[in-house]
Amino acid sequence: MKKALILSTALTAVAWSAAAEEVKVMSWGGAYTTSQVEAFHKPFTAETGITVVSIDADNPATPLKAMVEAQNVSVDVVDVNTSDAVRLCDEGQLEEIDPAMLPPAPDGTPATDDFLPGALSECAVGNIVYSTVVAYDETKFPGEKPATIADFFDTTKFPGKRAMWKSAKTTLEMALMGDGVPAAEVYDMLSTPEGVDRAFAKLDSIKKDLIWWEAGAQPVQLLADGEVTMTTAYNGRIFAAAVSENKPFVTIWDGQVYEYDLFVIPKGAPNLEGAKKFVAFATGTQPLADQAKWISYGPARKSSGPLVGLYQDGKTEMAPHMPTAEANLKNALPSSYEFWVDHDAELEERFNAWLASN
Amino acid sequence: MAEASADLAAGGAARLTTADGRPLKGALARAQSRARRRAFLLVAPLLLFVVVTFIIPIGQMLHRSIHNDGFSKNMPLLSQWFAETEPGTPPDEAAYAALAADLKAAAEAKTVGVVGTRVNYEMPGTRSLFTSTGRKARNFEPPFQQAVLDADPKWANPALWGTMRQVSRAYSPNFFLAAVDLARDNEGNIIRAPEDRRVYMMLFERTFIIAGLITFLCLLLGFPIAHLLATLPLRTSNLLMIFVLLPFWTSLLVRTTSWIVLLQGQGVVNNALVATGLISDENRIQMIYNQAGTIIAMTHILLPFMILPLYSVMRPIPPTYVRAARSLGASSWTAFRRVYLPQTLPGIGAGALLVFILGVGYYITPALVGGASGQLISNLIAFHMQDSLNWSLAAALAAVLLGLVLILYWLYDRLVGIDNLKLG
Repeated sequence: MKKALILSTALTAVAWSAAAEEVKVMSWGGAYTTSQVEAFHKPFTAETGITVVSIDADNPATPLKAMVEAQNVSVDVVDVNTSDAVRLCDEGQLEEIDPAMLPPAPDGTPATDDFLPGALSECAVGNIVYSTVVAYDETKFPGEKPATIADFFDTTKFPGKRAMWKSAKTTLEMALMGDGVPAAEVYDMLSTPEGVDRAFAKLDSIKKDLIWWEAGAQPVQLLADGEVTMTTAYNGRIFAAAVSENKPFVTIWDGQVYEYDLFVIPKGAPNLEGAKKFVAFATGTQPLADQAKWISYGPARKSSGPLVGLYQDGKTEMAPHMPTAEANLKNALPSSYEFWVDHDAELEERFNAWLASN
Repeated sequence: MAEASADLAAGGAARLTTADGRPLKGALARAQSRARRRAFLLVAPLLLFVVVTFIIPIGQMLHRSIHNDGFSKNMPLLSQWFAETEPGTPPDEAAYAALAADLKAAAEAKTVGVVGTRVNYEMPGTRSLFTSTGRKARNFEPPFQQAVLDADPKWANPALWGTMRQVSRAYSPNFFLAAVDLARDNEGNIIRAPEDRRVYMMLFERTFIIAGLITFLCLLLGFPIAHLLATLPLRTSNLLMIFVLLPFWTSLLVRTTSWIVLLQGQGVVNNALVATGLISDENRIQMIYNQAGTIIAMTHILLPFMILPLYSVMRPIPPTYVRAARSLGASSWTAFRRVYLPQTLPGIGAGALLVFILGVGYYITPALVGGASGQLISNLIAFHMQDSLNWSLAAALAAVLLGLVLILYWLYDRLVGIDNLKLG
């Protein structure tokens, strides 16, 4: 009896540990996590038998840093944006990811050539390109419609309140573009004190009409409530509201600021092997293309581009809604992580001081 | 009794004993120590809880606000050079050699970003200098001064060396200085931060003014309600009490977002005002996403913290006192001022202190309804915790806030007396 008990316990333990291999993935929540669950997690589990546990955070880079510093890491893969990926990697808080382990494109192009420029780094593998865009409520402008980033800052021609992300990042870039600076010159200008002054002066001109959002869902809500007539927002959220909820929201692609979201593995991840397997699987050509079926963020691989098809509703063509679509890139700004890694402390501080002063 | 003490005084062949013959003194001491032990065991879980969840974290926070070894830990040779030389010494070949060796080691250990971040807090725009030179450091050959300056001429900047000297000690007051809008120049003198970056003092001031205003409003609104609750017959007052407690039991987030629904431009209040013709459609009142939003929503949320202590103090005040004053010829105002009000002071003190301290630390409501002008200092602390990841500065700000609250508490104790506090 005792033997049987020990045996069965041991067997259960073995079975348990075999069944319990899992990868914990931390991401941003909402429609974005849904797209990852559908395109990455489910097929990954189907192929490898490894369970994927999804965890949400407002900005996953923050808990990651806290976990690594406390040497108590409980997640295996984390989805962060470029400047956080670079910063965390430089601070030694991430595992290195060898690009050789990533699958090549279907035509055999190695991963290093297949990813878009900047989407691969020592510690991070890009999955999507997302963009901060200007969007407006069509019903609020019965006559002429706003069409450029300059119109966002023109409250005489297009009256109504505006909402922007409460951060210096993207806000200052958009202010300069709204002031007529071409996308290509934005960071050169922003590196000079005069350029920063110019950006704040532009923001000053509509300060009394500005409402600030912090979470990605807020701008869509503000627009839907009629609280603002125009807002900056993540392009995927506006797309989701417009297409699946039939809101009269229109995206202005002029002056968009786009960047990558990337997968990183925190140093000390409990399941390092599983994490690597997951990253390699999820950033393959097909899963990245599949993700676009659930949200309008562009895949970080060139070979995924042509495979992007229809939205989950089965009738909306996704390609034109991507930040990386040819037509949307005419006056678009790739967010510069080099610039922000260097200047975020100083500019965020000044931005906060500017916000707080009346 | 007199006999017993006489016996004791006599030198006690007949000592006092318990029924079973043991000396009374020893038995008493044993019983008392047992009671003490039992009492301690009863409070031990709470003590442990308070130490683990309160004292240790606060201690760590205070420590972090002056301690940041991001530079000193990862650049040991250069830190040593700084320790050995006088402030203001221009960097020589030995310094550059130490820098090169440290950068190389840090780049290999992947800690060069930590170093750059630490320097970047004090001197923005230098982070990439460290990371980029770190990448080149493994190929450096003597003379190191030349090699480093070839990699990037920015290393010759004396201000950078001044800053590195400041951060080369793990313990530094710089975060506290930053938290009160001060900074140190290259020689280590304390100067004011550049004007376009002074924000914290103004926010501390605003936080205290808004918290004070909310406390005043809560008192103004809560006093009559508490009085009504205390004087009405029990059946009616219980019903009224439900109206006070129901919002109190409702989730903070629900109440805050309800205020958004009520107050926003297209919200219930504005729509009602437009419908009744009091304001025109174009002139909707901006009541939210600014200071007004913070004040309205926080007053509502903190009101029960004023009403409950007031009520508990007012309930036992016998109505006969005021009646007696009136019968002796006092006007109703005099009777209120000289008889009723002084008896409610412990409740006013408790309510005001509670509301004020809660208000000073409030975070979620200003974040949701405060817009830019309704932000309080806690929102900036959260910003440095969550976005800028400058935990030392966040800790310093929190420590300043804690210090200010403690000073107020001490003032309150001096002026009103903490024994007069009655919370329920």
